[in-house]
Amino acid sequence: MIILGIESSCDETGVALYDTDAGLLGHTVHSQVALHAEYGGVVPELASRDHIRRLLPMISALLAKHGYSVRDIGGIAYTQGPGLAGALLVGGSVASALGYALSIPVVGIHHLEAHLLSPLLSSPAPEFPFVALLVSGGHTQLMAVKAPGDYDLLGETRDDAAGEAFDKTAKLLGLPYPGGPALAELAQSGNAARFRLPRPMLDQDNLDFSFSGLKTAVANLTQQLGTQQLGTGTTECSQQDKADIAAGFQEAIVDVLTAKCVRAIDTTGMSQLVVAGGVGANRRLRIRIDAAADKAGFRVFYPPVELCTDNAAMVALAGAMRIKHGQTGALPFSARPRWDLDSLPAIA
Amino acid sequence: MAKLEAGQYPDVASAEATTWGRRFARIEAVSTAIPSVKILALETSTDFCSVSLLVGEDIHSTGENAGQKHSELLLPMVDEVLRGAGLAVSDLDAIAFGAGPGSFTGLRIACGVAQGLAFSVDGRCIPVGSLEALAQASGGSRVVACTDARMGQVYHAAFERNGTDWREVLSPSLCSPDDLPELPGGGWLGCGSGFDRYPQIMDGAYRSEVEQVRTGMLPHAREIALLGARYLAAGRSVPSAEAAPAYVRNKVALTMKEQA
Repeated sequence: MIILGIESSCDETGVALYDTDAGLLGHTVHSQVALHAEYGGVVPELASRDHIRRLLPMISALLAKHGYSVRDIGGIAYTQGPGLAGALLVGGSVASALGYALSIPVVGIHHLEAHLLSPLLSSPAPEFPFVALLVSGGHTQLMAVKAPGDYDLLGETRDDAAGEAFDKTAKLLGLPYPGGPALAELAQSGNAARFRLPRPMLDQDNLDFSFSGLKTAVANLTQQLGTQQLGTGTTECSQQDKADIAAGFQEAIVDVLTAKCVRAIDTTGMSQLVVAGGVGANRRLRIRIDAAADKAGFRVFYPPVELCTDNAAMVALAGAMRIKHGQTGALPFSARPRWDLDSLPAIA
Repeated sequence: MAKLEAGQYPDVASAEATTWGRRFARIEAVSTAIPSVKILALETSTDFCSVSLLVGEDIHSTGENAGQKHSELLLPMVDEVLRGAGLAVSDLDAIAFGAGPGSFTGLRIACGVAQGLAFSVDGRCIPVGSLEALAQASGGSRVVACTDARMGQVYHAAFERNGTDWREVLSPSLCSPDDLPELPGGGWLGCGSGFDRYPQIMDGAYRSEVEQVRTGMLPHAREIALLGARYLAAGRSVPSAEAAPAYVRNKVALTMKEQA
C-alpha cells in the first residue's frame, strides 16, 4: 500500500511516498528559511500561506516522479501536532479532504513520534528498545523508545531548545538568521577554553535541560568585551572574541547534551542511542557523543540529516505503521498545537 | 418549492447568521447558467461555516456557527450534502470556495479542503470572493460590501449588477473605516460586518451615497455556489493546485529593518 505523508507543522513543507512493502519511495522538503529570514524568525501566518501554496504542486510532482497517480494512494498520514496551529491545519485540510474523496484511511501523526521512528528509515537501523535524543530548534528531549507507539519521556528542556539557544546566541554575535550552523562554523576557529560558560543542570540528578541562561552569559560577555561603536551606541566584539565565545558556547551545550545521553543510557539500561534533530548534525556533538559511547560501550545511530530535520518521510512511516494496525481517521479534522506524546495509543 | 431567482432571498444569510449554533439544512430551487451543473461550495471565512451543493436548479445547503471549529464541521457537512443528493466527489463539475477576504485560517481551511477534494479527481476549483458573495446575498443591484478586518480596518468592495453577473466597481481592498474609497453616484446598498461594527461609516463618508444598510449579514456557501456556477460558465475555474485564498491583507509582519 502506498502511503502519502504530509508535513506542515512549522517552516518546512514536506511530502513523501512510502510503500508498505518496498519502504520509502521518495520525499521532498521545501524549507521556508529564506522566506522568514528578513523577519528574524518564523512568522506563523507567512508559514501557513507558503504551505498552502506549495503542498499540492509538491504532491503532484512527487507522484509524477515515481509514476503514480493520485488513485494509487492507499492511505494518508499528516502531522497533526505539535506545531503552529495554522500551518498544521493546511496539511490537515488537504489530507483529510483528499482521503475522504478517495475513501482511504487518513491518520494524524504526532510530530515527535515521527521523529522517534525516523531512524527506522535509515540503514543500519536501531532495534527496539533505544534511547533517542531529539535535539533541534524546537525540541530538546530524551526519550525511551520501547516499541512503536510506546515512548517514555526521560527528560526535556525547561526553557529554550538547544537549537533555539544556538540561533539566539548567533543573533547576539551578529550572525544572520538562522545562525545555529553559522555559529558552529565560527566555533571551529575559536578557542573553547578561553571562556568557561555555565553548564546548566549538568550536575543535577535528572535528564532535564535548561539553555536560556547560556545566552544571557553570552550577552554579558559581548557587553564586557565589546567596544562602543561610534554613532550607533552598540558594542561590537573582535572577530576572534566572537569565535572564542562561539566555541565556548558550543562546548557548554555539547558537554551537557553528551553527559545527559550517557546518563539516559545508564538509567534505562539500554544499549543504543539515536541522535535525531537538526542539532544532531553538529560535528562537535557527534565527536563527543561517539567518544562517550566508546567509553561507556553503547552504540550510536545518526539518521541522515535529511531524515533528522522536519520531513514527511517519517510522517509517512509512522502513518504506515498506524494504518497497518487499523487506525483510521474520522471526517472531523483538527490541529493539535500542543499534544502530549504519552496520550498516543500503542501501535503494536 | 418556490422558484427563486438568484439574489432574491436577501434575508436568509442574516437569519442564519443570527441563529447561533443551530444547524440549518435547506433545499431550495434557483436558476443557474448551466442547467445540469453540479458544484459543491464551501464558505468558512467567518465564524459561520456553510456548505452548499448546487445540482442543476436545486441547492442543498447546511451551515452553523462554528466558532473556531470549522475543521471539525466542514467535511461532515460536505458528506451530508453529497449523501443527501446521492453524489460523490467524482460527480462534481468543480469545487467552489469562499476565497476571502476573511479569517486567514478559515480561508485556508476552505481552500485546503477544496484543493484536496478536487485533486482526488483531477478536478477544478473556483475561488469566489466573499465580498461578492455578500453582494449576491444582499438583494441589491448596486452594493457596497464592507467587512470587519480587525485591527481597526475593514475589507471593502463595490459591485454593480450586470444582468445576472456582477461588475466590480471598486475591487476588494483593505482600508480604514474613516477613509473609505469614494463611491461613484448614489443609490448604494451597504452590507457586511464592517457596517455593523463601524456605524460612523453611515454618519460620515457614505451618508449620501448609501441609501440603505442590511445588517447582520455573513457570507454563505449558497452564494458561493451560485456565483461559482457563473464563474465556471465564464471559464474562471483553476486547477486544484492553483486554488488560493484572496487574503487582501498582505502585510502581516514587520521585517527586522522595519522593527528597528
